[in-house]
Amino acid sequence: MAQQKNLEGYVGFASLPNQVYRKSVKRGFEFTLMVVGESGLGKSTLINSLFLTDLYSAEHPGPSHRVKKTVQVEQTKVLVKEGGVQLLLTVVDTPGFGDAVDNSNCWQPVIDHIDSKFEDYLNAESRVNRRQMPDSRVHCCLYFIAPSGHGLKPLDIEFMKRLHEKVNIIPLIAKADTLTPEECQQFKKQIMREIQEHKIKIYEFPDTDDDEEEKLVKKIKDCLPLAVVGSNTIIEANGKRVRGRQYPWGVAEVENSDHCDFTILRNMLIRTHMQDLKDVTNNVHYENYRSRKLAAVTCNGVDNNRTKGQLTKLDTVEGMSPLAQMEEERREHVAKMKKMEMEMEQVFEMKVKEKVQKLRDSEAELQRRHEQMKKNLEAQHKELEEKRRQFEEDRAHWEAQQRLVEQQKLDASRTLEKNKKKGKIF
Amino acid sequence: MAATEIARQAGEGARTLPLSGHVGFDSMPDQLVNKSVNHGFCFNILCVGETGLGKSTLMDTLFNTKFEGEPNQHNQPGVQLKSNTYELQESNVRLKLTIVNTVGFGDQINKEDSYKSIVEFIDTQFEAYLQEELKIKRTLHSYHDTRVHACLYFIAPTGHSLKSLDLVTMKKLDSKVNIIPIIAKSDAISKSELTKFKIKITSELVSNGVQIYQFPTDDETVAEINSTMNGHLPFAVVGSTEEVKIGNKMVKARQYPWGTVQVENESHCDFVKLREMLIRVNMEDLREQTHTRHYELYRRCKLEEMGFKDTDPDSKPFSLQETYEAKRNEFMGELQKKEEEMRQMFVQRVKEKEAELKEAEKELHEKFDRLKKLHQDEKKKLEDKKKALDDELNVFKQKKTAAELLQSQAQQAGGSTTLKRDKERKNSGFL
Repeated sequence: MAQQKNLEGYVGFASLPNQVYRKSVKRGFEFTLMVVGESGLGKSTLINSLFLTDLYSAEHPGPSHRVKKTVQVEQTKVLVKEGGVQLLLTVVDTPGFGDAVDNSNCWQPVIDHIDSKFEDYLNAESRVNRRQMPDSRVHCCLYFIAPSGHGLKPLDIEFMKRLHEKVNIIPLIAKADTLTPEECQQFKKQIMREIQEHKIKIYEFPDTDDDEEEKLVKKIKDCLPLAVVGSNTIIEANGKRVRGRQYPWGVAEVENSDHCDFTILRNMLIRTHMQDLKDVTNNVHYENYRSRKLAAVTCNGVDNNRTKGQLTKLDTVEGMSPLAQMEEERREHVAKMKKMEMEMEQVFEMKVKEKVQKLRDSEAELQRRHEQMKKNLEAQHKELEEKRRQFEEDRAHWEAQQRLVEQQKLDASRTLEKNKKKGKIF
Repeated sequence: MAATEIARQAGEGARTLPLSGHVGFDSMPDQLVNKSVNHGFCFNILCVGETGLGKSTLMDTLFNTKFEGEPNQHNQPGVQLKSNTYELQESNVRLKLTIVNTVGFGDQINKEDSYKSIVEFIDTQFEAYLQEELKIKRTLHSYHDTRVHACLYFIAPTGHSLKSLDLVTMKKLDSKVNIIPIIAKSDAISKSELTKFKIKITSELVSNGVQIYQFPTDDETVAEINSTMNGHLPFAVVGSTEEVKIGNKMVKARQYPWGTVQVENESHCDFVKLREMLIRVNMEDLREQTHTRHYELYRRCKLEEMGFKDTDPDSKPFSLQETYEAKRNEFMGELQKKEEEMRQMFVQRVKEKEAELKEAEKELHEKFDRLKKLHQDEKKKLEDKKKALDDELNVFKQKKTAAELLQSQAQQAGGSTTLKRDKERKNSGFL
């Protein structure tokens, strides 16, 4: 539908990116990062190292210092500024995670927290009166794996399986300075194998057209999961002041890429892929949550076998807004009612016809019987008439006969008398 | 640095922390820009104005390209909107530009409904977006946004004032779209007339409460230029795709016997200002305003119309789920009621018909009962007659038998007499 047009001169919309840049700086940025792992894995130290600030300090202790009986989910919000760009960073931590003897369901508070953020966003998005919505959804989850050197623990696997479709998971090998490079390599391979085996979907880097970027991305992918070291202290090493951990045998430098993957993590998390993490959260994880939530709402009480967990079924159900769906249902209902009406009408007509027919039949029957009886009677009448006529005839005949006889008798007696008189008596 | 929106939103809950080194999140705007550039931009312009005011020519001039379209005639029966989408590219920026033209605007004798098709068009685009936004499974990030971002309203260069059609139309559109009024074919107005014209137009707009688009002045980088430009509204423009040689350059111009009007000469017309404002400085803001102001207004009205509220009578906020469930229950109740009604109606009809038929049956039976009775009467009469006849017959029989008996007796007695008599007669015959 769109035609390609060539411009014959400079128009100026190439400044659009600048306009976008300007507006985004003016608005400021926000990012929510979640850190999950057993206590003592160096989570707070890593955060401080990542953001080069004392997010966790004596006044605001990190999760491992806030020992809890049950898993809590807590937020820390900080505002940081750099190069004219303001960032509202929210760090969500989970003190108590994996620290109990029985850790069943210790992921549940985490899931609940993520869902509640989605819920807040969904409600804000669905209001009639909407304002600029603050985005407090969790954009990234750094999962700290203990450097055992062997493989993932059952808790690690369980947690990642339950959360990989709700949040971008970036698994990290914590306190990597306890592993030699070879051990680290093995460990990484083992972990990636197990991740694939259990079909866990960790955060995937998007493909780029740019070759340079593609090379970088490949490099990152080869190092997964990233083995990190964090430190709150600055140390003199080789004449430089570096963040590192001082050991009798040397200094493990945090920002030295030969020592650990910290710089890769920082570059990836903050300098190159922060926006993408937000986009994936918005376009994939949030949309999943939303469609599941709305599908459950709208199919309430209608057709339960259609939905319960079977979101991939009818396209028509998913492709519509709940309101459009209701419209559709209304139309279906109208059609159904029409059909029902027609059926009922048909049945009705049929029954009426039957009854009317029956009535007519019985009328005909009665009529016939009546006719027959009438005929019968008429026949009898005729018979009677005939009999009477015959009788009359007979009687008349007999009477005539009688009269004749009488006459004869009379004649005979008269003749006798006459003869008597004539003296013919002897 | 002024407080950002985010900082304001964070409010008291956030501590400000200093950084002890370069972290690197200052690349965020660049990351965002890269994403948008990869995704491509889109912009939709609506040109409203009478036929012949140079709308298409201006578009061609603004975007340095020849767009489609034949010049339109004046005999359209109503106002139609024709839209065309183009893919443009400038350095690494891809722009999907949609230009919507009003065909036939101002040509009818009765122009009362002219604005309607325009408003309808704008609302349709909002509706399409709203529907997409409300879908259960939606793809907003790849949705082609067709909402109108800017409306260039072309004012005829009469030099006097706005036409009433203009006022009416702009009033209807100002809450739905960003209106940028421009004086078309302004090379027909002299400089002094132009100043007066602009003042007249601006005052008429203000006195009629028409809200035109103001270039934003809240961002320091562009505040100054924007506020200056706000003072030059409405822009007096001239469009031309023909080039004339001025000095040793080819420039876009219109050649008259008395001189050449150069399109890109700021002392000749405000074309450059328009281009600057519309494209180079505020294109993104126009899109943002459309989304956050005009679209939100439309959405709010639409949802309220459908009965959605944010709070129930006790001022407790509704969650989305509750709202939908409530709607749904209402809806299901309605449907069930309709079903019940229909059923009831049928039951009624059946009852009536049954009564009717029963009535008919009763009548039939009564009829035949009557006939039967008639029959029986007839039969009885017949029986009586038969009996009468039989009686007569019996009487006659008796009479007959009696007579015959007598006769036979007589005959027996007189049989011999008769015999004798006959003999005598016979004999006497001989005498």
